[in-house]
Amino acid sequence: MKLKSTGVLPGFGLTMGFTVTYLCLIVLIPLGALILKATSLSWGQFLDTVTSPRVLASYRLSFGAAFIGALINSIFGFMVAWVLVRYEFPGKRLVDAMVDLPFALPTAVAGIALTALYTTNGWLGRWLEPLGIHVAFTPLGVIVAVTFIGLPFVVRTLQPVLESLDPEMEKAAVSLGANRWYTLSRVVFPSLVPAWITGFSLAFARAVGEYGSVIFISGNMPMKTEIAPLLIITKLEQYDYAGATAIAVVMLVVSFFLLLGVNWLQARTGRHRAT
Amino acid sequence: MSIEVRNLSKRFNGFQAVKDTNLKLESGSLTALLGPSGSGKSTLLRMIAGLEVPDTGAIHLTGREATHVSAKERNVGFVFQHYALFKHMTVFENIAFGLRVRKQKESEILERVYELLSLIQLTGYDKRFPAQLSGGQRQRVAVARALAPRPEVLLLDEPFGALDAKVREELREWILKLHEESHVTTLFVTHDQQEALEVASRILIMNHGAIEQDGTPIEIFDKPASHFIAQFVGETNYIDTEVSEKGLAVWGPFRFPVNPTLPLKQKIRIYFRPNDVYMTAQFETLQVRARIAKARFKGTIIEYKLDIGEDKHISAQIPKGVALASGFKDGQEVYAAITAFHVFPIES
Repeated sequence: MKLKSTGVLPGFGLTMGFTVTYLCLIVLIPLGALILKATSLSWGQFLDTVTSPRVLASYRLSFGAAFIGALINSIFGFMVAWVLVRYEFPGKRLVDAMVDLPFALPTAVAGIALTALYTTNGWLGRWLEPLGIHVAFTPLGVIVAVTFIGLPFVVRTLQPVLESLDPEMEKAAVSLGANRWYTLSRVVFPSLVPAWITGFSLAFARAVGEYGSVIFISGNMPMKTEIAPLLIITKLEQYDYAGATAIAVVMLVVSFFLLLGVNWLQARTGRHRAT
Repeated sequence: MSIEVRNLSKRFNGFQAVKDTNLKLESGSLTALLGPSGSGKSTLLRMIAGLEVPDTGAIHLTGREATHVSAKERNVGFVFQHYALFKHMTVFENIAFGLRVRKQKESEILERVYELLSLIQLTGYDKRFPAQLSGGQRQRVAVARALAPRPEVLLLDEPFGALDAKVREELREWILKLHEESHVTTLFVTHDQQEALEVASRILIMNHGAIEQDGTPIEIFDKPASHFIAQFVGETNYIDTEVSEKGLAVWGPFRFPVNPTLPLKQKIRIYFRPNDVYMTAQFETLQVRARIAKARFKGTIIEYKLDIGEDKHISAQIPKGVALASGFKDGQEVYAAITAFHVFPIES
């Protein structure tokens, strides 16, 4: 690979240097410090910390809820994007603006609002509880919270791709004899896959790290509804900095490999763009 | 398969795209639908394909009423101006699409796709993606994709509109050859008269949502049915004058015999093609005197702007060889006659 290309566009050295410096300051150095801090533990202590049942349960909940939340968002986010792109209806701009609300709302506010809605006496909780569906203070509540904050990621990544999708392509499929479902599954969905994966992974990454909205609705019961970021905070409050960073490092590594896998998947599905 | 369209109309938000149109195409014919943009030709084509729903009227395919049959059941191949290939599929999968929809056997699909690949001269390109092909190649894949399920009708919407001149010419030849081999009833929309004249055996000219003339290329070129067609097809001179005496109109030094039934003082427009101006250096017969104001080189012909006095000009086209042999120069005195023309009354 040639590192420096002599093209017509000037400024390669300057911009590349700036980018590297910037990334170091903002991303690499803090993450490096995190790993460095974790190394103050011996290997045995590190393993003990991150494999204790309480920590493992929190990982399961954090990654599991994030995965389910991102999955729900991929389906319903697609529907929202589809409706916003394909149809005209009164109040469309309002709905469009509403999609961004989870971005803007302080997450603690979202958490409190969701908790108020889903507790036993809440507007939604009072109808769900008799049906045996408990949302507040259960893992289900965690899923609801991370679904809420992840929605805009899927909608906003799918929307521009859907808009640029050539409607003639669907007409071509119909003229070739395809019915609506065949056209959707063979023509529309595959064209959206790369954007879909991006939206999914953004929503997932955001949900893994989510703290503010989850701690209110989850109830934070150890082994049941305690998320990993909360455990980190708990450790910090007990001045166990090394233990906190150990949990964080595992989250970091898992997230990194998950995102790496997603990128690889995306490159594979985006093959046809290559010229 | 024959196509018959009866009293078809379509309106978009108050704009009458197609009005009360009738047409009948014989099985195996190759027909061009020619018209300026906005004349309704694409809308008509899309209604035949079932991609647009007509407001009123009927469409018959092979004598069967098909007006409300959905596009997927019409067995019509459609080729889009901007290819509309499936970007995420290989060339092979694009062509195979219509066969997979019909749940054909894998071995049959394989055979048919490779047969078509060789027909479009893209053997070996089966694993490429559309983004890796040139415009001309993409359009050929689009044609193959439309032909794969063996449609009874092939409809092409400005198929070469997005391509450069050289590729267009190659594809014209190719589509002619393809039609000779497959004999599928073909109707293509174009705004390029050269394309229509060269490729089609019959041309329908559309203007303002209606078919104004239906004829062979020679009929269209030599016997335009309206003002619009006289101006639209081929290059032409036009002059406005009036009937000055029974059966005669005068414009500058030129005298035109006209239909004697036209009333006196009737305003008329006379159209004549630049290559119907007979121009010589020496007076021969029935010519008027003119002066070459300007010569323009146009490849195989040279076009002269002739000054015929009274501030009146006409243009004449002479094959380059003849022009060079005669040694015409700017400012030279020449003699010119108009050998063929068409007269249309101007409605006031």
